[in-house]
Amino acid sequence: MSGISRRRFLAASIAGCAATTLAVPKKALASGAFSGYPDSMGVLVDLSRCIGCRSCEAACNEEQNLPAPALPFNDKSVFDQTFHGGTQKRRTDENAYTVVNRYNPEGSEPVYRKFQCNHCAEPACLSSCFVNAYTKTPEGAVIYNKNVCVGCRTCMVACPFHVPAYSYSSAFDPAIKKCIFCHETRLKNGLPPACVDICPQEALTFGKRKDLIKIANQRIQTNPGRYINHIYGENELGGTSWMYLSPVPFEEVGFDPNPGNEPIISHVKDFLSTVPMVLAIWPALFVGFHLLAKKQDGHDHDAEKQHEEEGAE
Amino acid sequence: MSFKKIYALLITMLAVALLGSMATAADMPDRVILDSMSEMFEAVEFDHTMHTEFGEDCSACHHHTTGTGTTDDRCVSCHATSDEVATVACRDCHIEAPFSSEHINQKSLDVYTFHIDRPGLKAAYHWNCLGCHEQMDGPTECEDCHTRTARGDAFYHINATGSSAEGGH
Repeated sequence: MSGISRRRFLAASIAGCAATTLAVPKKALASGAFSGYPDSMGVLVDLSRCIGCRSCEAACNEEQNLPAPALPFNDKSVFDQTFHGGTQKRRTDENAYTVVNRYNPEGSEPVYRKFQCNHCAEPACLSSCFVNAYTKTPEGAVIYNKNVCVGCRTCMVACPFHVPAYSYSSAFDPAIKKCIFCHETRLKNGLPPACVDICPQEALTFGKRKDLIKIANQRIQTNPGRYINHIYGENELGGTSWMYLSPVPFEEVGFDPNPGNEPIISHVKDFLSTVPMVLAIWPALFVGFHLLAKKQDGHDHDAEKQHEEEGAE
Repeated sequence: MSFKKIYALLITMLAVALLGSMATAADMPDRVILDSMSEMFEAVEFDHTMHTEFGEDCSACHHHTTGTGTTDDRCVSCHATSDEVATVACRDCHIEAPFSSEHINQKSLDVYTFHIDRPGLKAAYHWNCLGCHEQMDGPTECEDCHTRTARGDAFYHINATGSSAEGGH
């Protein structure tokens, strides 16, 4: 008989099973979420305190050596600017790592929201980057290494807050531009970021993330009726370092109210972790099928040949 | 009453009045110069004497540290019988750098402090002042109290004309 021998078939099956067991990555089997380094710093943004003075934007501009803005930082007419047919307010871009927007919820005074990278515990940008250009530092900042970036901009697609911006204006030296929590100039040295330092209303509170959650809960409790009873970013998307308190429902001030409590990578890592297993099993499986199928054909073919030979004789 | 007694009484009253006024005048500043941000803003001259005419009592601004004590619901449960304290300057409880690493670490280790959310000096000034100013038509815009220096003008890019590109969008 032609085709595979029993011995070879058994040997191949055992080898295939062994490969399968070893090939499933340990990390995928043990995959839990990363909830942040224990002494990670964070910032609590209190939207009931912000008065829209934009000093934080000015401080960031100076600290990060950003180009001069089109309008002065104390010009409040920027709050009326809209884009994309009136559907979008100002957003972060290559020249502004943080922006403040004004919202006018019904039955309430205007609420101002400062918006910047939220420095997630398990960032989508970091998870999506195949050259490891992002790093989540122990201090809590999500920083970016321009030297390994290839400019694919998948991180811009991945970020659920649409934060990373790209310096399209630079033809030969582009990079992703986003808030880095003043890591190089301040956070590494135990100092608060520039925006926190300058805020006259202490709308931004800097501290260890776990302490900020306690502070936020105390603030909600001792000011009944002042806040929505929720700390946005405590659990959203696996937890963020920059968290928010709001006097009005979060969807009224530009937040996605239900992004889920799973980091973005959880939506893909179960699917992707089966790839090594598939690569190990499928070739062995389909080779097996092919050989089995060929064995049948081969048997009949030989039998026909034998008949022909016998018939010819 | 004899003349001597009346005289003694008058002297006593005068002494008490003098001493009393001296005590308050010595402790209470007439003007407070707030210049911790002098690089970007000129000093704010706070007229303390004028402000003592508003509010019923020192405790209106100085919480429970002096005056007749606080009436705020959130405070009286602990501070109903609190005594006056040695110093009542804002900066003695509301520190200028609330986000220094020393202060953050100290707060983190001290598990018995209730006031984990105490505002720093800048916030304390603004919250205490703006509340009344809004109700009583006092100054409420940044520029009403804070005059920018040249450095401050540069910081806020006051001279940006709106002609340069706003950046990619």
